[in-house]
Amino acid sequence: MKEKFTTITSTCVPLPMENVDTDQIIPARFLKATSREGFGENLFRDWRYDKDGNPVKDFVLNDPTYSGCVLVAGKNFGSGSSREHAAWAIADYGFRVVVSSFFADIHKNNELNNFVLPVVVTEDFLAELFESIANDPKTEVKVDLPSQTITNLATGKSENFEINPYKKHCLAEGLDDIEFLLSKKADIEAYEAAK
Amino acid sequence: MANTLFDKIWDSHVVNLIEGGPSQLYIDRHYCHEVTSPQAFDGLRQRGLQVFRKDKTICSPDHNIPTLNQDKPIADPISRNQVETLTRNANEFGLTLFGLGHRKNGIIHVIGPENGLTLPGQTIVCGDSHTSTHGAFGAVAFGIGTSEVEMVLASQCILQPKPKTMRINVNGKLRDGVTAKDIALYIIAKMTTGGATGYFVEYAGDTIRNLSMEERMTVCNLSIEMGARGGMIAPDETTFAYVEGREYAPKGAEWEKALAYWKTLKSDDDAVFDKEINFDAADIEPRITFGTNPGMGIGISEAIPAPDPNDEAGKISYQKSLDYMGFSVGEKLEGHPIDYVFLGSCTNGRIEDFRAFASIVKGKKKADNVTAWLVPGSWMVDEQIKAEGIDKILAEAGFELRQPGCSACLAMNEDKVPAGKLAVSTSNRNFEGRQGPGARTILAGPLVAAASAITGRLTDPRKL
Repeated sequence: MKEKFTTITSTCVPLPMENVDTDQIIPARFLKATSREGFGENLFRDWRYDKDGNPVKDFVLNDPTYSGCVLVAGKNFGSGSSREHAAWAIADYGFRVVVSSFFADIHKNNELNNFVLPVVVTEDFLAELFESIANDPKTEVKVDLPSQTITNLATGKSENFEINPYKKHCLAEGLDDIEFLLSKKADIEAYEAAK
Repeated sequence: MANTLFDKIWDSHVVNLIEGGPSQLYIDRHYCHEVTSPQAFDGLRQRGLQVFRKDKTICSPDHNIPTLNQDKPIADPISRNQVETLTRNANEFGLTLFGLGHRKNGIIHVIGPENGLTLPGQTIVCGDSHTSTHGAFGAVAFGIGTSEVEMVLASQCILQPKPKTMRINVNGKLRDGVTAKDIALYIIAKMTTGGATGYFVEYAGDTIRNLSMEERMTVCNLSIEMGARGGMIAPDETTFAYVEGREYAPKGAEWEKALAYWKTLKSDDDAVFDKEINFDAADIEPRITFGTNPGMGIGISEAIPAPDPNDEAGKISYQKSLDYMGFSVGEKLEGHPIDYVFLGSCTNGRIEDFRAFASIVKGKKKADNVTAWLVPGSWMVDEQIKAEGIDKILAEAGFELRQPGCSACLAMNEDKVPAGKLAVSTSNRNFEGRQGPGARTILAGPLVAAASAITGRLTDPRKL
């Protein structure tokens, strides 16, 4: 059972890059662990640290101006590899919401399966949110899962976002898919018998 | 009602449709490697579960394994632990394992088809985005995350939203020197890196129909690089001829029964796709990429194009990508000096790729400035390379063969391209740091890779 997800109000960490692939979120050489923990320290590793392991000053995660549990990213976030380590790194770092105008399919599922909410917004909303954060790094967003709305509290602009009712229920109740599938064993056996 | 090939296979595997939610999809074949599975097996242990259908999962370590001295313990202790963890998990849960040193070991997407484990009409998953490879057989095959790996192990099902359908038709005669890889890189460049996200793609048209099974695998393999959930090609006589007689393929009466079903696996004539796109094979020349996603590609004779002037946000990412590669808009890359060549991966690590590479380098010598890594996709590919004498052609030209594995495609083992070096790679991703921190990757087919390895410069194989 995971922490239940309801409404989150937080400042944002902006990453206005497009096509951020999962190799950037967590490079392959950090996939060798056999547990789910500790991936946060290597989140965006090669953008965050130089080759000697020193923090890159102007990378957003190293800039104390920005904080919060909402990551705001350019379109096509999470493309490439299916590695769930990318979602583990995002969750382990402390993000609970990722906002973008477009997500890659596998990564989006991986976020949901780790109780990180991917919020798909329009290009206009995203551009305005980046602008609000640029003007005031303390800009907050409110992400309301029950009503499926996201609000830019600097401008008051609000949008509805999509999430299927099943996954919404899982996030709200802290339930995962395995419990659901195990409850369907009889159906699975009946399916196999009919084949 | 008229149905697409994808609909026919997907719909026949739905155990339950969840109201307003995903489908509970039954999985016929699950491939499992060492990187994306340990946490799933841990999950089973924590819940006190067994693997629900042991015969449907096949394990093979591939991502981490060295490509030299596989008979010795893996030097990197963390890689060794991950490979040994897969062995322990397969043994504990009673799963088939083609472990390191096994004759059937190799890249999971190479060994599945060559052993007849991948069949038309199946649903196939693996914790790896290039699972789309198996779509070449007319299967619904796609990559999943580790939570989903655990779901399959626990219940032989996953919960998946049904994607939309897209058909990509390629018609006409291919020009000389154009490979399946070039077709795929061309399509991805036209579609962009996210252009097929949300869709499952069926490739059709006479150009596709005329491809061999290995070429079809290369095309389907790269579907994910335009964001597609998967890619597939309707099975036909080429498919059946490839599958027949392979170790795990059905035999005798079972074969006849399977064949009768497989012959029904095609999109109905009046089936409607959510999107349909047409390409002309004559427009495709040998391809290369110039940026840091596979959609940033050009014909080898072309110059790097300017970014879309109306896309402000896109321009920044485009420039960052060119800065990383050290290239500029308007530059032509043909003739540009290179440092490394990599032949291999689940994209281009099969026997036909080695034949193609050998056809170019035969009787010539590798350029002194090039380090070349030639990595067969599996031990069975390696065996065939030797049986056909390709190893001798390569050796005479100054190339040595390494041992099978994913290798420099994602550089989880020692095969890392050093920072700043430029590699021509037959693999699938040119992301920043993909082949090693700071490494710069140009994706290409085996003919361009071979020609470039000979001259030490990015070379059009038709001009060599």
